[in-house]
Amino acid sequence: MTVAASHLLEVEDLHVEFGQGRDTASVLNGVGYHVDEGETLAVLGESGSGKSVTAQTVMGILDTPPGRITGGSVRFRGEELLGADPERRRMLRGESMAMIFQDALSALNPVYSVGFQIAEQFRFRRGMSRKDAMARAAEMLDLVRIPNAKQRVREYPHQFSGGMRQRAMIAMSLALDPELLIADEPTTALDVTVQAQIMELLDELRRERGMGLILITHDLGVVAEVADRIAVMYAGRIVEHTDAATLYAHPGHPYTRGLMDSVPRVDDVAGAALRPIPGLPPSLSAIPPGCPFHPRCAHAEDVCAAEVPLLRELGGDHQAACHFAERFVAEDPDRPTTHEVVSR
Amino acid sequence: MSEPILQVRDLVKHFPVTRGVVFRRTIGHVRAVDGVSLDLHPGETLGVVGESGCGKSTLAQVLMRLTPPTSGTATFEGQDLFAKRGADLTAWRRDMQIVLQDPYTSLNPRKTVGDVVGEPFDIHPEVAPKGDRRRRVQELLEVVGLNPEHIRRYPHQFSGGQRQRIGIARALALRPKVIVCDEPVSALDVSIQAQVLNLLSDLQREFGLAYLFIAHDLGVVRHLCDRVAVMYLGSIVETGTAEEIYTRASHPYTQALLSSVPVPDPSLRGRREAIRLEGDVPSPADPPSGCRFRTRCPKAAPVCAEDPPALEVRDGTDHPAACHFAAPPHLVRAD
Ligand SMILES: Nc1ncnc2c1ncn2[C@@H]1O[C@H](COP(=O)(O)OP(=O)(O)OP(=O)(O)O)[C@@H](O)[C@H]1O
Ligand SMILES: Nc1ncnc2c1ncn2[C@@H]1O[C@H](COP(=O)(O)OP(=O)(O)O)[C@@H](O)[C@H]1O
Ligand code: SF4
Ligand code: SF4
Ligand SMILES: [Mg+2]
Ligand SMILES: [Mg+2]
Repeated sequence: MTVAASHLLEVEDLHVEFGQGRDTASVLNGVGYHVDEGETLAVLGESGSGKSVTAQTVMGILDTPPGRITGGSVRFRGEELLGADPERRRMLRGESMAMIFQDALSALNPVYSVGFQIAEQFRFRRGMSRKDAMARAAEMLDLVRIPNAKQRVREYPHQFSGGMRQRAMIAMSLALDPELLIADEPTTALDVTVQAQIMELLDELRRERGMGLILITHDLGVVAEVADRIAVMYAGRIVEHTDAATLYAHPGHPYTRGLMDSVPRVDDVAGAALRPIPGLPPSLSAIPPGCPFHPRCAHAEDVCAAEVPLLRELGGDHQAACHFAERFVAEDPDRPTTHEVVSR
Repeated sequence: MSEPILQVRDLVKHFPVTRGVVFRRTIGHVRAVDGVSLDLHPGETLGVVGESGCGKSTLAQVLMRLTPPTSGTATFEGQDLFAKRGADLTAWRRDMQIVLQDPYTSLNPRKTVGDVVGEPFDIHPEVAPKGDRRRRVQELLEVVGLNPEHIRRYPHQFSGGQRQRIGIARALALRPKVIVCDEPVSALDVSIQAQVLNLLSDLQREFGLAYLFIAHDLGVVRHLCDRVAVMYLGSIVETGTAEEIYTRASHPYTQALLSSVPVPDPSLRGRREAIRLEGDVPSPADPPSGCRFRTRCPKAAPVCAEDPPALEVRDGTDHPAACHFAAPPHLVRAD
C-alpha cells in the first residue's frame, strides 16, 4: 500500500460550538473536506449552515471565545494547524493561505489608501521600501484589472465602486502569493454583471497561479459555472460531496435535490413550478436527532429520526449522508420529486 | 386587453445633491428616476429589473405616494394619483399596498404580529369592525401559511421567511388591488425564497391581485412575471412579455444581463454565450450623454453619444427597446 500524498488542505471531522449549557449551539458537527493545488472546491449551503465558521477555523481567525473548537483536524500540506504555535499560524496567513470576504468595504480600512493597505504587506513581510512597496501595490491593482492602477493606488476605499473594492481585496489577498485562497461569498453583494467579471478574474488567477480555491457560496448558479468539486453543507455537516457534473445530474441527498428544485432559473420555461423544501433549517441548539434534515424530508422513514446517517460511498468519489442515498442517485433527476408535499 | 389599473407616464424623480452645512447649495441632481412610463393591468405581474441604484425603489416610493415626483403623471383606475388628497387619498391607500425587501427591519420589533397585521384596520375601521379584528388577523395569518395561534408573538420570534409572510399578510389586510413588491425575496435563502414565491403566486390567483414586482434576480422575475421592464440608470431600456425579454432580448444591456446570470447546470459550462460588460454603472448624478448605456455597451457607435434612443419597436424586433441598433440576440457578437 502506498502512502497517499497529503492534500494542500485537509479538514477532518471538525467540531465547533458556541454558547454555554442549554444554549450551546453545535455549529460544526464533523465537517471534512480537502482541496488540492489548482482546483476549485465549492462549499455550498444556506445561511447559518457553518460555511464561514469552517473557513475561519481553517484560517485561524475564529473568535475563541465565544467559539470553541471541540474536535477535529486542519492540515496544510500535512502540517496540523489546530493547536499550532500562533506565530506559525500568523506566518502562514497571507504567505500560504489567504481569505476574501463578502463585504469588501468593511474589510478595508477607510482611513488608509487602498494602495497603502496592499503595500503594508510588502513592507512588513518582504522588507521593501515604502516606494517600492507602493509600486508593487500598483502592479497588484493592475493584475486585478483596475483601470489606471498607477493613479488609483492612492485613492481611498470609498472612492472605489463595489466591484473595484472586491478587486482590491483580491489584490491584497494575493500579494504574498498564497497557495490557497478562501473566497467567502465574494460576489454576494455585487450586481450580476460585476459578479461575472469577478468570478472570471478569480478563475483566471487560480489557473495562472495554480492556487487551490475554496469558494463559499449559497448560489447554485455560480457553483455550477466554476466548481471542480462541491461540498454541500447542512446544519454544520457536509451532507453531500462529489464533482460538479455528478452533483447536479445525480444528487444523492434529498436536501441537495431540494435546493435544485427551489432555484428559479432564467432558462426555465414559462410557468415551471418551484418545488420548495418545506419548513426551516433547524436551530443549532436543538438539532433534530437522527438525520438533521428529517423534519423537512419527504422521504423520511422511521430510521431517519433514530440514526444519524453517515457519509456513504456512492462510487466514483461521491458521498452523501442519507440512509437511502443509493436509491436517490439511481433515480432519474428529471422526474418530479415528492417535494410538493409542502406545508404552506 | 383590459384597461390598465395603474398607468405611469414620463415619471421623473430627481434628488438634489447639496453641499455646505450653513449655506446649503444645490450642486446637482441624482436622476434616480428619469422618464419612466409603464402600464399595469388588473391581475397581472409586471417585473421591474435592473442593477443596484437604477431607481427601482425610488419608482416604488413615488408610486406609493411616499415621496413626491419631480414631474410626470400616474393614474390609478383612471384617476390622477398625485392629485389625491384627504379622504380620497385614504381610500386609495386601501387599494395599493407595498411589501418591502428587508424582513428584518420592515417590522416594528415592539409590536406583536397581531398588531402589525391588524394595524391597517386602525386606519380603515370600515374593513374590519373592532369585534371582528382578531378573527380577521388570524384568517390572514392562515392565508400566508403562518400559525394563527402565534398572533401574540413578536417579529424576532420568527425567521426571515416567516417575517416576509407577516409583511405580506399586512399588505393583504385591506384587500388591495395592487401590491408593489420591492425585492420581497432578496434577503431569503433559496429554499425559503421558493416558499414565498409560491405563496405570492397562489395569492394572486386567489385574490386577482396585480403585482408591480421589483427585483434584481432575473430568475425570480422569469418565474413570476407576465411582462418585464428592464431599467438602467433611471430609465426603462426594454420592455415586453416575459417570453419576449427572456428569449428575444434586443437591447445590448438586457442581453448582457441575461448572459451574466449563472445557470445552475454544469453541463452548459462554456456553452452559453457570454457578454461581459466593462466597468460599473456610472453615477446617476452625472449620467452619460445620448444613450445612458453607451459607456459599457459593446455595440456603441458615435451616434449613441449624441442621440438618446427612444423606447420603441424597431425593424426586426417585436417589442420596444431603447437602442438605435436593437436586434435579436444572435446578431450580437459574443465578445
Ligand atoms: N433620498 C435620496 N437622496 C438622494 N439620492 C437618493 C435618495 N434615494 C435614492 N437615491 C439615489 O437614487 C438612485 C436610485 O436609488 P434606488 O434606491 O431607487 O435604486 P434601486 O434600483 O432600488 O437599487 P437597489 O437594487 O440597490 O435597491 C441611487 O443612485 C440612489 O443613491
Ligand atoms: N461569533 C459567533 N457567536 C455566536 N454564534 C456564531 C458566531 N459566529 C457564527 N455563529 C453561528 O454559527 C452558525 C454558522 O454560522 P456561519 O458559519 O457564519 O454560517 P454561514 O454558512 O452562513 O457562513 C450560525 O448559527 C451562526 O449564528
Ligand atoms: S436520511 Fe432520511 S431524512 Fe435524512 S435525507 Fe435521507 S431520507 Fe431524508
Ligand atoms: S443606443 Fe448605442 S450605446 Fe445605446 S445600447 Fe444601443 S448600441 Fe449601445
Ligand atoms: Mg457566511
Ligand atoms: Mg431598492
